[in-house]
Amino acid sequence: MSASLLSRTALRSATTASLFRPTARALASVATSQSAPPVAGKQAPNIKKFEIYRWNPDTPDKKPFMQTYELDLNQTGPMVLDALIRVKNEIDPTLTFRRSCREGICGSCAMNIQGSNTLACLCRIDTSSTAPVKIYPLPHTYVVKDLVPDMTQFYKQYKSIKPYLQRKNPPTSGRENLQSIAERKKLDGLYECILCACCSTSCPSYWWNSSDYLGPAVLLQSYRWLADSRDEFGPQRRMALENEMSLYRCHTIMNCSRTCPKGLNPGLAIARIKKEMALA
Amino acid sequence: MFSSSTFRAASRLSMRQANPFLIKSTSPGASALSVLQTRSAATNTSENVTQDQAYSILVAQRKLRPVSPHLSIYQPQLTWYGSAANRVTGAAISGGVYVFALAYLASPALGLHVESASIAAAFGALPVAAKVGIKGMLALPFTYHSWNGIRHLVWDTGNALDMRGVYASGYAVLGLTTLSTAYLAFL
Repeated sequence: MSASLLSRTALRSATTASLFRPTARALASVATSQSAPPVAGKQAPNIKKFEIYRWNPDTPDKKPFMQTYELDLNQTGPMVLDALIRVKNEIDPTLTFRRSCREGICGSCAMNIQGSNTLACLCRIDTSSTAPVKIYPLPHTYVVKDLVPDMTQFYKQYKSIKPYLQRKNPPTSGRENLQSIAERKKLDGLYECILCACCSTSCPSYWWNSSDYLGPAVLLQSYRWLADSRDEFGPQRRMALENEMSLYRCHTIMNCSRTCPKGLNPGLAIARIKKEMALA
Repeated sequence: MFSSSTFRAASRLSMRQANPFLIKSTSPGASALSVLQTRSAATNTSENVTQDQAYSILVAQRKLRPVSPHLSIYQPQLTWYGSAANRVTGAAISGGVYVFALAYLASPALGLHVESASIAAAFGALPVAAKVGIKGMLALPFTYHSWNGIRHLVWDTGNALDMRGVYASGYAVLGLTTLSTAYLAFL
């Protein structure tokens, strides 16, 4: 009781503090707009370098190159997406990348940051070292421009697994298709996928065989419908995977599960499909 | 409520005017930047294209698109390095078997002596360091591939496929490989 009271008081004081923050910020920026630097609250700049992959389709003969930008981290939000948006707004408006929700639910800002694929909006800027933050588009994708990959093939593959409920007959009750709580639980960890393609483009198998191999993201979705008790087309779905390329190019490398920004496990889903194909 | 939104608007306005966060970009410099902007401003004059024209522009652009970097920039991780090692060791040991079998097949014609007795005699004449080295070089790929094969069999049952399982089994394979390679090399 007393603990909850205490935390509530803390919460209230926190909200009042945040109410006041805009005031302070407004004052600070007014001060910096004048010639004399402000005395209080002025920190030494904390410069971080960002090396970003650039390629422009308007000058296709110019090879892709890395361009370095410098930002003061004291003036930048905590995430890599904050840094990218600042670069685009304030330094170089030609920098091109996808972004939308800035909270890890749309999957637009998937890119390769410091060597592994993740969402820029969920990836903190590494402040532990002075090394530059290297940002590339998703690996082994065709680059539309800068950090924007061509997702056409990925979406085509997603469409090919028929990602929707398939039934022979409507539900007998004439209403919705019922499912037990235990059956519904089987879909946890599968339906949360946002199709950002981080996992598929982290998979070496997908790098070499993306024309035929479906890749971890699409196979996770394939399993999402195989595992759904309401779906009646499991045999047909499995039959569609019964060839050497669609599913069996997975060699359990597990880069997919290692890199998933949503903490899902495509590798396990693929193993379960393989097991179902062998035993069912 | 009213006052806070006013403050926010005020702060936004002042930020736009002062632009206090602006720091210059390093390469290729401000001049290159201004060139880019002029060029994009020049191409901003829009013209109407038919769907067919738009499609042909897309096709032309698709032919030129570079493939983004992959192997060379992806962070070294136990997952894919372990998998690559599995493939390399598998290719090495099966390649070795093929080479030896073909050499054995061709040995009468070529006058080679690769039967067990002459190999054992030649091996026995080597110094100890060379013996240990050769045995280690054969034992390393063999043991790694065998232990990792067991790991794959466990995975195929659907077990140890979370990140904890993958890393624990990965390090276990590395440890077992080291121990068994050392054992076989000094046997």
